Amino acid sequence: MTTALAGTDRYLAEFEDLERRNAAGTPAWLSELRRAAMADFAERGFPTTRDEDWRYTNLAPLAATPFHTVRSVPPDPVSAERVRRASIGSAAWPRLVFVDGRYAPEHSSGPALPDGARLSSLAAAVIDDDELVARHLARHARWDADVFAALSTAFVQDGAFLYVPAEVVISAPIELVFLTTRPGVLAQPRILVVAGPHSRFTVVERHVGLGDAACFVNAVTEIAVAPGASVDHYVQQEQGASTFHLATIHADLERDSAFATCEATFGARLARTTSTVRFGGEGGRASLAGLYVTSGRQHVDHHVTVDHAVPRCTSRQLFKGVLDGSARAVFDGRVIVRPDAQKTDAAQTNKHLLLSDGVEVDSKPRLEIFADDVKCTHGAAEGQLAPEAIFYLKSKGIDELAARRLLTLGFVREVIDRVTVESIRSYLDRALEARLGPERGSKETA
Amino acid sequence: MLSIRDLSVGVDGKTILRHLNLEVRAGEVHAVMGPNGSGKSTLAQALAGHPAYTVTGGEVTYLGKDLLAMPPEERAREGVFLAFQYPIEIAGVSNAAFLKAAINEMRAARGLEELDAMEVLELLEQKLALVDMDKSFLSRPVNEGFSGGEKKRNEILQMAVLEPKLAILDETDSGLDIDALRIVAQGVNRLRRPDNAIILVTHYQRILNYVEPDHVHVLFDGRIVKSAGKELALELERQGYDWIKDQAAA
Repeated sequence: MTTALAGTDRYLAEFEDLERRNAAGTPAWLSELRRAAMADFAERGFPTTRDEDWRYTNLAPLAATPFHTVRSVPPDPVSAERVRRASIGSAAWPRLVFVDGRYAPEHSSGPALPDGARLSSLAAAVIDDDELVARHLARHARWDADVFAALSTAFVQDGAFLYVPAEVVISAPIELVFLTTRPGVLAQPRILVVAGPHSRFTVVERHVGLGDAACFVNAVTEIAVAPGASVDHYVQQEQGASTFHLATIHADLERDSAFATCEATFGARLARTTSTVRFGGEGGRASLAGLYVTSGRQHVDHHVTVDHAVPRCTSRQLFKGVLDGSARAVFDGRVIVRPDAQKTDAAQTNKHLLLSDGVEVDSKPRLEIFADDVKCTHGAAEGQLAPEAIFYLKSKGIDELAARRLLTLGFVREVIDRVTVESIRSYLDRALEARLGPERGSKETA
Repeated sequence: MLSIRDLSVGVDGKTILRHLNLEVRAGEVHAVMGPNGSGKSTLAQALAGHPAYTVTGGEVTYLGKDLLAMPPEERAREGVFLAFQYPIEIAGVSNAAFLKAAINEMRAARGLEELDAMEVLELLEQKLALVDMDKSFLSRPVNEGFSGGEKKRNEILQMAVLEPKLAILDETDSGLDIDALRIVAQGVNRLRRPDNAIILVTHYQRILNYVEPDHVHVLFDGRIVKSAGKELALELERQGYDWIKDQAAA
């Protein structure tokens, strides 16, 4: 059992331990990468509210809690039934399951992918010394710029690796289920997705906590989208009420490619997603959408950066949050249009529905436009349910609670409408229903 | 069915209805007419229970019950329906989802089993034809992006689906072209049964060419100043409201 140390020291000690044990089986490039990332993490440490990017999100409770990496605390066995409940796809979906960040082959299932496509544990891909992994891992999410990407990279060991070769279309969504089970664990889901030219597929990330214990989940997803490829990406976060969930998503888009990500945040005491889309070739299209439903003292933070580095790319951001209790939401939407990026078309919308007086919102658009022939719009709004709409519904026989529920569902519908996979839409309907009360019966409990 | 006695209603501290009396029996159609600002919409909204309208005096008995004591949703479940003059737009809520919720609330209140999505859809498809709307109306968000005529027809669709005992139509005929007016009138006539009653609040006589009222009342300055048969509507059409104003002032 490791002794808990303060702040970053604890993770440094675990890192050294990991280095000693793994010295033999690790490719040189990876050892180097880990050491560099660890040095970076140790030097910078956890961000504080003095850092501009963390001004509204206080990580002091996270830094003060003694979490342990998965290696020092082995995961508990998880029943097949719990895995089944945590996943949302059918048996026809290829599925990898991870418990506290570790690949669980006994729970992974689904049909084989088309020839040439690879879906495997990242650890296995590293052992096979996969050239694609060496070329892409930690090359997209900037660990030298993001301390949590650095922490993830320092301990990178297992995760999901998906490669879809050129021209291959996979119709069934690929589901990656990450279960958090052990109290006090630092789980670091790591996902690497490489989309070959003109490939087309869907990836679903499920992050599900199986208890209310405090955990620290640090997820990093890197997606490389080759010319003409189209990747749909979904994330759903249902961590336990005491968990810290930090996620970094980075997508690099090459010429004429398309990337759509849609995130649903329901759980965790503190959830932060840092998403970055970078256009590296003309004609790229990106859609970033998110919905979050929070209550109690939950804190949800989205930092989105869309980097229009080249001309003629289109980006759309749509983030909608429902806040109840004394929840707090932070949204920072940054759009960079670099000097060469003429004909950029960028739009950003962030709206909050405030269901109680105790909630707090900090929404900040940041448009940094250095080109002149561009179209960039942004809009942010906060509001309550309209009394006229509530009366309209009541006058047709619908009671107050049901009316509020309908209107709240209506508020987030715009995000759900972006979801093109039917099972994800119905999952979202169910998840929202569970949080906002069922269609009827809310009345019986009133 | 409905007995309004000495009803006074204010909004924002200003009195609008003053000691209004009206008796509506089952099977009857009453037209409540009057110039702008006479209190027609206030009467309709107060009967539906809009919280902005404060009842400062009088009583309303509906099927033997104290209507004013009921919250709006309970009035609706007891069979009172208000077709809004300005139907509210509700983003993200489909007409089908809204109607399903309303239907099942009504059914639960009447001790009937809830309908599932398929059963609701079947019911709605039957009723759509009555208002000359196609299925796409069901998947569109409630009233959002609807034309004025579509919004009014949507109110009539709701009425056809919810089958109220007492329907109050607040200027549902305003701003409608002749085809839409016919559709609205048809919807009203279908509801006309010996056990139902209808209050048509209107500024104009023309809907009364299609829905023949049993009684016509003129509302002015918060009071009913004249009541008669259907011929009164024609007189108002010919002479306007000025003679009423003069009479009331005299």
